[in-house]
Parts: sequence; structure tokens; C-alpha cells
Amino acid sequence: MADAVSLRQRYGEDAAIYAGGTELLLAMKLGIARWPHLIDIKPIDQLRRVAATKDLLRIGATVTHWELERDPVVAKALPALARLEANVANIRVRAAGTLAGNLAFAEPHADPPALLVALGARVVLESAAGSRTLLVGEFITGMYQTALGPGELIVAIEIPLPARDVRMAYVKFKVLERPSLAVAAVATIRDGRFVGAPSVVIGAVDEVPRAVPTADFASADVRDPRTAEALAEAARAAVDPSDDLAGSADYKRHLVGVFVQRALGSLIAGAA
Amino acid sequence: MARREIGLRLNGSNRRIEVEDQVLLIDLVRSLGLVGTKLSCDTQVCGACTVLLDGRPVSSCTTLAIEADGRAVETIEGLADAGAPGRAPKLHPLQQAFIDRFAFQCGYCTPGMIMAAKALLDERPHPDAAAIQHWMEGNICRCTGYQTIVEAVLDAADRSRRLP
Repeated sequence: MADAVSLRQRYGEDAAIYAGGTELLLAMKLGIARWPHLIDIKPIDQLRRVAATKDLLRIGATVTHWELERDPVVAKALPALARLEANVANIRVRAAGTLAGNLAFAEPHADPPALLVALGARVVLESAAGSRTLLVGEFITGMYQTALGPGELIVAIEIPLPARDVRMAYVKFKVLERPSLAVAAVATIRDGRFVGAPSVVIGAVDEVPRAVPTADFASADVRDPRTAEALAEAARAAVDPSDDLAGSADYKRHLVGVFVQRALGSLIAGAA
Repeated sequence: MARREIGLRLNGSNRRIEVEDQVLLIDLVRSLGLVGTKLSCDTQVCGACTVLLDGRPVSSCTTLAIEADGRAVETIEGLADAGAPGRAPKLHPLQQAFIDRFAFQCGYCTPGMIMAAKALLDERPHPDAAAIQHWMEGNICRCTGYQTIVEAVLDAADRSRRLP
């Protein structure tokens, strides 16, 4: 680990951190990006682990989608994440690609960011100067842009483990392998009402995961059709879609409303 | 570019090979005459280049050859038993099932399909059709319409069940 940090400091922007390579090698093959050096962090034992404490799940930087999909702790504590991981890209990308690499690349049409933001997950970064922790929503700053400094590397993703009665949903619409849009929702529902405000995050529509302002929905009756429509409207208003190969802006805005209602339905049904 | 010697178990045989750092696994195996592994999309989308690295399916077009150091690589050529001298090799149950079920036409995607299916059956010997479809949705075939491929994998799983 110390070697990786010192190599990162020595080479700065001349080196890329290399783990699964599923995005990095593609970019290099296409000639989009060029690095004289790759720092392979896969041999570092401590980065390979998934560890849970009573209230925190810590996912090492080289843990793959494949491993998360099969991890018993993830399946039990964060079933929505396990299911999301089982549906990232395709089996070969899942076998090689890592969750940390997915975040580091900050491709807007990626699955994990929306749910991680909704869960309040953090990215743990390390450099020669020490370590710091950023919320995933702070770490991803734009399309293919992150707050990762030239001397830093991701060492882990930390996810606060939700209380037992917290429900979570992740629904997406995709044409090919990447989501055209995704909705992550995390909430506690008791006696048919939200306990506090639900967390609703729209992924793959804007350049960064977009949290929907939901303060007005604290204690809202979840089965009231007006709640569903108002939540859909709040989500449509929160995003700023653009026309691209995944659809026109109007189409995507419409689908955001539809998928927010589906996510709400999934929360009500108690599906994880 | 640096060159280094790597040691790998390739289709069951230990090999030591010198490779340059930037060489891709697909180019390494094809340079060794194992040309069953096909390049197609070159972007990890189509699955034609699927090989198994320590049993897991990977896109050999986007995997560095040096990743194979100290690990096992399986390609389509490693599946059939050589058989007795002078006799035809005995095909793997997946290979025989793909033939019997007409699960290929041009055949270009087939090695990748079979390697992906092998990884599935190694982990889950008796998957249902839905599990096969989910596992193999990243393997693209432009000829068959997929149905015969799913049937072939089901068939191969069934044949394995009947083996002693």
C-alpha cells in the first residue's frame, strides 16, 4: 500500500491506477487516454476485502462487481446493491471490473452511483498527505470528472448500513448495457407513511447523480396517488436531461417520472 | 516497453512465456496458435473473445496478458479430450450439445459462447433458462436468435447430470 501511494506521488498525472481495467484499457485502446505508467493495485491484500461492522460496510478498492454480487454480507444488509451489482454491464465486466474503478471513471451512464448516493456512501482516499473521506456525491464532480487528486487513490467505499426497517429500491431503464436512466430510493415506511423524508436519486440522466428535493414528503401517505404524482413531478423538475443516443430530453424527463413511481411502488411492496 | 516472463497454466499445461507489458491476452493466445478465440467488438460488449481466467469469464480483448501470470487460462481449444492416438477427440458436452442443437451458424461467436457457458455450468451445474439468459446476455450472436444456444446449454447441463 505504501508503495502504491509513493508511486502515485512520484508519477502524478503520468500514472493511472489500474485494477479491473474494464474502462481504463478501453480508453487506452481507443486512444482517448494515454498514461506512461499504470499502478496495479490488485496485489494489495487490504484492498481486496469486504468487511462489515455493526453500522458500516467497507468495500476495498479492488473488490469486483462479481464478488459483491456474491457477497453474503451485501446480500443480507444491502440487497438492492447486490441486485444492482448482478446487473452491471455483462458477466465479463463484472468478473474484472471494480466498484471503485466504476466510481473513479465517473461515466454518467453507470449503475452504482445513484444508489450509493441515496445510501449516503463515502469514498475513502489516500495520498502521501494522509487520508480523506468524501461522500460519493462530492467525489463525482462531472462527466468523467472526480475530486480524486493527482497523488490520491481510492482505498475503499464505505456504506452506512441502514437500519433493519429501511427499504431500498433501484430501478433502471436500459436499451443496451448501460442505463439510460436509473432511480434509487431509500426510505423507511411505517403505518403507510414515510418516516422522515425519503432519499430519491436519479442516475444517468444528468452528468452527476441528481438528488431529488424530498423534504416536503416527510410523513407523506405513500399510497396516496397524489404523493406518487408529486414525487414524480419533483424528480422531473430536479433533472436537466439532454438529447443523446439514450433518448430525447423530453422522453427522458417523462421516463424519470415513470421510474420514480415504479421505485415508490417497489418501496411500498417492501422489495429490497 | 518492458518485457517480462510470465508463468501460466494454459489449457492445463504449464507455460513460461515472455510478453511485453502492453500485449493483450487475446493476442498472446492467438500468437500461440489458439485462434479459436475471436476478436470482434474490441470493447467488451460482444463476448466473442471470452476466455476463462482462473475460471471466471473475461474479455481477452481488454485483459493484459501479464494478468495471466500465476493463473489458469482456458480457451476453447482446451475443452475437448485428445482421446486415444489415432482416434477423434471427444468433445466437451457443451461442444457436442451446440452441434446437436444447431446452436451456431457462422460460428464466430461460438467459442466465446461456449466458454461463457462453461463458466456458468462450473459454478451452477443446473441453471434454468432464465439464469442462462442472464449469464449470457453479454454474448452476442447475429445468426441463431439465441433460442438454440439456451437449449444447448440446458442440454449440456442435462448430459453432465447423466454422466457417472
